[in-house]
Amino acid sequence: MIVVTTETVPGHHITNMLGLVQGNTIRAKHVGRDIMASFKNLVGGELKGYTELLTEARRQALERMIAQAQQLGADAVVNLRFTTSAVTQGAAELYAYGTAVKFGDPTQPPHGDTEIG
Amino acid sequence: MLPFGFLIGGLQERRHLNSLTQREAELAAIQVCNLKNVPHPETVTDAGMVMGHVVIASDYYKSFATSLRNLFGGQMKSAESLMTRARRESLVRLKQNAQRAGAAEVWNLRFAFSNISQMRGRTGNMQVELLAYGTAIRRG
Repeated sequence: MIVVTTETVPGHHITNMLGLVQGNTIRAKHVGRDIMASFKNLVGGELKGYTELLTEARRQALERMIAQAQQLGADAVVNLRFTTSAVTQGAAELYAYGTAVKFGDPTQPPHGDTEIG
Repeated sequence: MLPFGFLIGGLQERRHLNSLTQREAELAAIQVCNLKNVPHPETVTDAGMVMGHVVIASDYYKSFATSLRNLFGGQMKSAESLMTRARRESLVRLKQNAQRAGAAEVWNLRFAFSNISQMRGRTGNMQVELLAYGTAIRRG
């Protein structure tokens, strides 16, 4: 699965648009990590626990989005975007979304669904 | 409070999910994507912004489950389902508005989120607003 943040994929011709695909997850670290993070506020520096948390969450959101794209039979997800939202304190929601597309031969007419470009 | 939230909240969530599935099926003809460049712009006759938004709150049981999960860490399924419902609802309302405007395609979709709970913190109390907005186009 090709996942890009651009609208087109160099070297490929997009013939079909399959619609929006998305994946989200909300994760938290245990309270010990939260307390350590609050201590870190005294001296500054990287909050390793939270870096880890967001890395895990972002990966999981991406995996869920890709699973959705695979289900639609997509070749790629273009225009990928990430957003984060603070649902409650100490937890983060990671949301990944993009447009699932299919590649094809530029000389052939598109097959079903919505034709683009 | 806990069993009350669990029963009524759970019932309401199931009803909401059923209604979402039904409305999503009705609006399946409306194509939504987050791409900026519209292909074949010469065929577009009309374009305008469409929005859909919803404010949704968690029930007492969910709030409790979330605050508990905050202690141990890990995946917060209760909060996830709340956000998924909010996002689906805002998208359905956006599609309804697009349909009302006679459009079959929505381009450049964006989501905006805001947390409007009064008591923020470990209480797990969640009130969130989800806004979906994009450009609906009509083709001649």
